[in-house]
Amino acid sequence: MSIPTEALSDAYRLMKTIREFEERVNAEIMNGQIPGFTHLYTGQEANAVGVCAHLDTDDTIISTHRGHGHCIAKGADVSGMMKELFGSSEGLCKGKGGSMHVADIDKGILGANGIVAGGPPISVGSALAAKIRKNGKVAVSFSGDGSVNQGTCFEAMNMAVVLKVPAVFVIENNYYSEHTNISYAVGCDDLKARTEAFGFPVFVADGADFFAVHEAAGKAIAHARAGNGPAGVFAEQGRYHGHFVGDPQHYRGEGELDDLRENRCCLKNFRARMLESGEVSEDVLDGIDAEVMALIEQATIDAKAAARPTPDQVTEDVYINYGAGA
Amino acid sequence: MKMSVREAINLTLHEEMARDPRVVIMGEDVASGQGGVYGVTAGLTEKFGVARVIDTPITESAIVGAAGGAALTGLRPVAELMFIDFLGVCLDQLLNQIAKFRYMFGGQARTPLVIRTMIGAGEGTGPQHSQILYPMLAAIPGIKVVAPSNAADAKGLLAEAIRQDDPVVFCEHKALYMDECEVPEGDYVIPFGKARTVVQGTDITLCGLSRMAVLADQAAAELAAEGISAEVIDPRTLSPLDEESILASVSKTGRLVVVDESNPLCSMASEISGMVAEFGFDYLDAPVQRVTAPHTPVPATPCLEKDYVPSVADIVRAAKKALAY
Ligand SMILES: Cc1ncc(C[n+]2csc(CCOP(=O)(O)OP(=O)(O)O)c2C)c(N)n1
Ligand SMILES: [Mg+2]
Repeated sequence: MSIPTEALSDAYRLMKTIREFEERVNAEIMNGQIPGFTHLYTGQEANAVGVCAHLDTDDTIISTHRGHGHCIAKGADVSGMMKELFGSSEGLCKGKGGSMHVADIDKGILGANGIVAGGPPISVGSALAAKIRKNGKVAVSFSGDGSVNQGTCFEAMNMAVVLKVPAVFVIENNYYSEHTNISYAVGCDDLKARTEAFGFPVFVADGADFFAVHEAAGKAIAHARAGNGPAGVFAEQGRYHGHFVGDPQHYRGEGELDDLRENRCCLKNFRARMLESGEVSEDVLDGIDAEVMALIEQATIDAKAAARPTPDQVTEDVYINYGAGA
Repeated sequence: MKMSVREAINLTLHEEMARDPRVVIMGEDVASGQGGVYGVTAGLTEKFGVARVIDTPITESAIVGAAGGAALTGLRPVAELMFIDFLGVCLDQLLNQIAKFRYMFGGQARTPLVIRTMIGAGEGTGPQHSQILYPMLAAIPGIKVVAPSNAADAKGLLAEAIRQDDPVVFCEHKALYMDECEVPEGDYVIPFGKARTVVQGTDITLCGLSRMAVLADQAAAELAAEGISAEVIDPRTLSPLDEESILASVSKTGRLVVVDESNPLCSMASEISGMVAEFGFDYLDAPVQRVTAPHTPVPATPCLEKDYVPSVADIVRAAKKALAY
C-alpha cells in the first residue's frame, strides 16, 4: 500500500510530537512540575501513529495508563494535554483526570485509563454502537502485554466475536508489565495464537517500523470496517523509559536500553526509509522537527501559565443533574 | 525501634513468614524487582524464595480468588491488591465468595486470608488510584477491615491479621508509608476491635480513621494551644469497630467530631455518628460533626486534591462548631 506524501509527513510529525512531548514531560517531572504517576510512551510511537493513521475523528480509541501517544496520534490538542498534566483547569479534563485519564470525546478519544484492561470492554460497546448505528466506524482499544491477562480483556474479545462488532484490539508488547517480563506473565508460548483462538485474525508488526504497523493495522481495521467482526494487531517494541517516571529499572538487561534507543527507533527508521525512497526530503523532516520542538516548548510555557482550578470546582461535573438538593 | 510504616509492614511480613510456613505472599510485582511500587515486600524473595513469594500476572480476580481458595485449603496467603481501587476488577471473589464461605457453608470453612491494599489521596494519583472505599468493605459481613495510622499499629495489626482465621482486608494509606514512630520489638500483636486513645482530653472527642487519626492528632495540638482539651481516638479496626471506647470517650467529653477521608454517603463517619446518636444520645451536648471528603471522585490536580482531602483546619473548624453549639 503506498502512502501519500502528505500522510507520510503527518505520520512523521505525529511520531516526533509524541517523542518530544514525552521527553519534555519526563524533564518537567524531574523538575517536580507534574504530579501523580506518569507512564511514558517514548519508543512505541509508531504503534499509535500507524494505527490511528487509518482512523477518522468519529472512529474511537480507548487507551491505557501509557496513553499520551495514543491521544496525540488520534488528534488530541497537545497544549490541552500538557495543561492537563500540569493540573490546570484549562486542561482537556479540567485537571481532574491528569496523565492517566487524558480524554477528548469529540475527537473519538474515550480516555486513557488507570485500570489495566479497563478499556477493551468499553471499546466493544463503542463498536456495538457503530454496528447498530450502521455508521461504518470502528472502535480501537490499546492494551499492553500485561493487560491481556485480565479477565476483562478475555471477556471483551469473546463478546466482540459473539456480537460480531467492529472492534480492533491493538496489543502492544513492550516486553514488560511494570517489571514482570512477558515470558513469565503470559503462560503460553504464542500470544498471537492465544488471541486468534477467540475467533478473529491478528496481524503482526514490528513496532519500531511505522510502515509495518501501518500495514498490519490497515488490514485489521479494514476487516472490522467491512463488517467481518473484530480483528487484532500485535506490535512489538520496547519502551525507552521506566514503567513510570522514577522507576529505577533494575529488571533491564545490560545494554538493553542503549540497544533500544540506538537500534530500534521508529524516527530513525522512518528517516532512513525516506532517504532511500526520496518521498519526503531530509529538509522537510528537519523542518518538521523544528516545528515540533517549538510546539512543545510553547505548550509547556502555556501549561505553566495556565489557570489552576478554584476550590468550588471540586464538586463540579460529578453529575449532569443531581436534582434540586445538590 | 524507630521505623516507618513501610518498614514495619515489611518487617512483620518477614517475621510472620519465618514464624509460619503456611504464610505465602502473592501479587503483582511483589517478588521480583524492588518489592512493589513502594518496596513494601522488598527482600522477601531473597529470604523465602519464589515458592512462597509469588509474582502473579495482572489478574486481580484470580489473585484474590486464588488466595481465597488457598486459604480454604490450608495456606495463609497475604495477597496484595496494589490499590484498593482495583477492587472494582475483583469484587465478586471477595464479596460473594470469600466473605460468604464461613456462613453459607454452615461454619465449616476457615479462610485465613489477608488482602493488603493501598488506600487514600494526597499523592496526585487521580480518580482511579486514590480512593478509600473501606466503608464499602466494612459493610460486608464475613470480612474484617483494618486501617492502621502508624508503624506500631501496622505491625501489631498485620501480625494479628495474618494469625487469625478470618479474611481481613488490611488498608495501607499511601501517604503514611514514610511516617516513622517507635515500634515494639519482637512478638507484637494488637487484637482487633480495640481503639487506641491517641491523646486524652476532656472537652471534645476527635475520632479519626487511618491517616485522619494523624490529622486529628495535629488538630488536637492546635486546639490545645487555644486551651481546648481534645481527646483523639483511632478505632484502628473498622470492622469490628470498638463502639465501647468511642462511647466512653463521648460520655466524658459530650462532643464528637468524626474524621474520615472517604466520601460522605454511607461512610465510616456516618456509621460512627449514627452509632453514637443511637447509643450515646444522652451524652451529647452538641450534634456530631462529620468531616469527610465531598461526594465526588478524587481529582487528580493537587490544587483540588488538597481541598478534597479533609485538612487539620477542617477538623479544628468542626470542633469549634461543636464547642460553640
Ligand atoms: C487493574 C489494575 N491492576 C494493576 C494496575 C497497576 N499497573 C499499572 S500499569 C501495570 C502494568 C501494565 O503492563 P502492560 O499492560 O504491559 O502495559 P505497559 O505498562 O507495558 O504499557 C500495572 C500492573 C492497574 N493500574 N490496574
Ligand atoms: Mg507492557
